This record gives sequence, C-alpha cells and structure tokens, in this order.
Amino acid sequence: MAEAPGTVFVPRSRLVEGVRAYGLIVAMWLRSTMAYRASFLMTAVGNFAATAFDFVAIMLMFAHVDALGGYTLPEIALLYGASGTAFGLADLLMGSMDRLGRRVRDGTLDTLLVRPVPVLAQVAADRFALRRLGRITQGLLVLGYGLVAVDIDWTVVKVVVLPLMLLSGSVIFGSVFVAGGAFQFVAQDASQVQNSFTYGGNTLLQYPPTIFAKDLVRGVTFVVPLAFVNWLPALYVLGRQLPLGLPEWVAFLPPVVAAVCAAAAGLAWRTGLRAYRSTGS
Amino acid sequence: MRLYAVVAAGGFRRYATYRIETAAGVFTNTVFGFILAYTFVALWEERPRLGGYDMPEALTFVWLGQALLMTCVMMGGGFEDELIERIRTGDIAVDLYRPVDLQMWWLAQDLGRAAFHLLGRGIVPMVCGAFAFDLALPGSPWPWLAFLVSVALGVVVSFAIRYLVALSAFWLMDGAGAAQISFLAGLFFSGMLLPLTLFPGLLGEVARLLPWSTMLQVPADVFLGKHTGWGLVRVYVFQVSWAAVLLLVGRMVQGVATRRVVVQGG
Repeated sequence: MAEAPGTVFVPRSRLVEGVRAYGLIVAMWLRSTMAYRASFLMTAVGNFAATAFDFVAIMLMFAHVDALGGYTLPEIALLYGASGTAFGLADLLMGSMDRLGRRVRDGTLDTLLVRPVPVLAQVAADRFALRRLGRITQGLLVLGYGLVAVDIDWTVVKVVVLPLMLLSGSVIFGSVFVAGGAFQFVAQDASQVQNSFTYGGNTLLQYPPTIFAKDLVRGVTFVVPLAFVNWLPALYVLGRQLPLGLPEWVAFLPPVVAAVCAAAAGLAWRTGLRAYRSTGS
Repeated sequence: MRLYAVVAAGGFRRYATYRIETAAGVFTNTVFGFILAYTFVALWEERPRLGGYDMPEALTFVWLGQALLMTCVMMGGGFEDELIERIRTGDIAVDLYRPVDLQMWWLAQDLGRAAFHLLGRGIVPMVCGAFAFDLALPGSPWPWLAFLVSVALGVVVSFAIRYLVALSAFWLMDGAGAAQISFLAGLFFSGMLLPLTLFPGLLGEVARLLPWSTMLQVPADVFLGKHTGWGLVRVYVFQVSWAAVLLLVGRMVQGVATRRVVVQGG
C-alpha cells in the first residue's frame, strides 16, 4: 500500500485509518498462522471442543430434568447459541486485548505507541487467532439447533431482531474487552478480572435469567448491560416474559445499548492510554 | 530430601509473589462459583438428591471445584508450559546435567505451588460461597484432614499427567496439542463441569475410573463424608495407584526421551 513518491499525504479519518491498519495486521497474522496448517487445524478443533463441552454438560443436565428454570433444552440452546456466537465474534476480533497487561509490564507497549497507527487497532489485532472460529462455529451450530427445535411464532420483526441481536451482542462483548484492556493500564496483573465479565458473562448468559438472583439480573441489565446480548432479544423471539418486569420494547434496544457501550469503552480506552506511563525499560 | 523441601518452598514463594494476580484470580473464581451455584440450585430444585447429593452438598461441590481449580490445575497451564519451553529451546540439557532427579524436582516445585494455590486461591472463594449459600461443611476436623490428604494425592496425579504432557515435547517439539487434550480431559472428567455421579451409564462408570476423577470428584466426596472407614482407604488406594502408575510411566518415558532424543540447539 505504499504511496507513489511525490504524492501528498492525504489525511484519512482516524476510524478508517484504524480499521485499515487492523486489517493489515490481521492479514499478517493469518499468513503466519497458515504457515503451520496442521497446528492451526488442531487448535481450531480444540477451540471448538473446549466450548462444546459446556453444552455437553448442559445436555447431561437435561438427561435428568425436562426443564431448567422453566426453560426446555432447545430454548436454552437458543440462548446459549446466541451468546456463544456473539461472544465468539468479539473474542475473534478483540480477544487479544487481554495481552495488554503483559505488554505494559514488559515495556513492549512503547513500540506500539511510536508507530503511526492507532494503538487500539494494534493491540486488538496483536496475535490475531483464527482458531477462535472454532468457538463461533460451535455457537452457530447450537443456535441453529435451537432455532429449528423451538416452535417459534415467526414475525417480520423477530426475523430482524435475530441478526441485530448477534451483531449488537458482539459489539457489547467487544466493548467489555476494550474496557478491560483500559483497566489493565491501571492494574497490569489483574487481567483475570476481565475474564469474569467476558467468559463469566458468556457462561451466565447461556442459562435463562429465571435461575439467577434478581440482584444479579439487575446488575447485568443496568450496570454491565450483558442482558442485552441475548437475554432480552432472545426472550422476545421466544415469546417469553422479559425479566424484572421489563416492557417488551426493551428487546429492541440492543443496537442502542451496543452504541452506548462502544462509546463508553472508547472513552475508557482514551483515559487509560493517556494515563499510561512507561516503565522506562 | 532437604533439597526438595527447599524447592517446594521456592515453588510456594514464587506464586505467592504475585498478590494482585492472586486477588484477581480469587475474584474470577468467586464469580464463576456464583454462576455455577445458581445453575446447580435450579437443577437440584428440579431433582432433589440428584447424583446422591442433596442441595447443600451439590453447592459445596461447586465451591470445592472453584477452590481446587488452580490447586489441581484442572485447566492446565502450570509448570508444564515452562518445561515444554525448556525442551523446545534445548535448555533441558542443562537440567539433565544437574545432580537432582528431574521428575522429583518439578514434583517438589509443583507441590509448593499447589500448597499456595490451595491457601491463596481456595479459601476466599469457599468462604464467599459459605456466606451466600447453605453449604454442607463438616463439623469435625477429621473430614477436613481426610480431604487434605485426598487433595494432596490429587495434586500428585495431576502433576504426573502434566509431566507426561510436557515430555511429549521431546518428540513433538510443540506441546500445544497435547496440553490442549489434557486441558479438555481435565475439564470434563474431573467433575469440574458436572459431578461425575451425574454422568449416565457407561460414560459415568468410565469417567469415575479415569485418573482425572482423583482431582475433584474424589476429594469432594471425601469432604462430603461419602467415603468413610474402609471406603476411605479404598479411594486413597485408588488415588495412590493412579499416582504411582502415572509417575512410573513418566519415569520410563523420561528414560526413553533422554536416551534416544537428540537435544535441540547449540
């Protein structure tokens, strides 16, 4: 993409610049991954299997019961698949954010700061792991099973809500990854805390809200709005009552919530990056 | 023997250094404990006495799982990553020169680590769980003691498996595949996702006989007083047998590896 000599540097918007840089770094990592095809295939299958075991555990539960928290296996599969797919997408695109703490600790973040590319794009694309397609595949398969097995009363609105749910969900999870990255500027060794909200959040959303304490459901609705990833839209699609007595129109909010989350995460990231002080080594 | 005690103490101190990381880990264990506990409540409300546990026992199982997750390294990622790296880079040649036994050295180090993880990562989540839920905690000191012995044996089995995983790097150069299989087996067959007594039919019978059951299922059952008297002796024998067999296989593989495989590098 080298500019012809003599051309004047055309300033592009930061966003376009960032996305373009992200794409270039990802392409580089893809070439590197594909150099070891067998290793890639094995780790992708492993990634698929690791997440599949979660669902096997749920199926084993349903060997003993017909319903969990008032929900049948196909209904839970729909919740599971929606959350798994959204989380898988976010994990693929932004999952490298949890390496930030290590970069701050060993000083390699400084290298990223001097390059003329947005730092967020560099950190997010760092060691881009295509094997995470395994998780997305598993999520989509379970979602597909849920959609086929549940008797849904389809309307046009529901057909629109479904893809919006997956996209907004991955933006919400992606925002959590970015916010978690920003947090690591402050607490480098605490990258695990982020896992509580990302992996923990994904596990939480796999089950229906009816089995959790009201306060926990309130927390993931109003504080860290994970409930908008799948619970609220998916319960609408299933024709179920929304938790906490929320009105039905709340199920259409995920795109709005996702936009707010992304903005908040962007703000947190800028604050964190500004506060960063190099170790000097 | 004194040397190995020093190595074990070193292992303990090494992990004790990272306090913030430990606090973050405790937080994560507690969050996962809560999520799992709620799913178990829903399950046991539907089917009381499922798998031979009542509700407080099932919830205790969840929190024991969180407490032992790091102690018995059920998700992998302990010393084996380091050993694999040493094999890959050829540093292992230096280790083999040392006048200590390679397996015993790493075992001592791992026991020290496990002791720290039991104290540092195990106690706080368990206490949180006990505050939030009604748990079946033993009233007398004996089950606690019996539990500690069982955990120690579980750690040795866990070590022996991970040692074999690390040794595979002598042939494969890259231990990632073996480590991943070991991680998956540990997650599924230890009882971490669901107690093995809930596994149906043949799957359950096989799962309860595999070495991974010694890491969570057996210690948890000892804690809950499911094995007493001769039953307790029997599960100890079960754990010791797996530990002995796997350590022995580890020794044999190590012998073959060091004799036949040319060390990488220099």
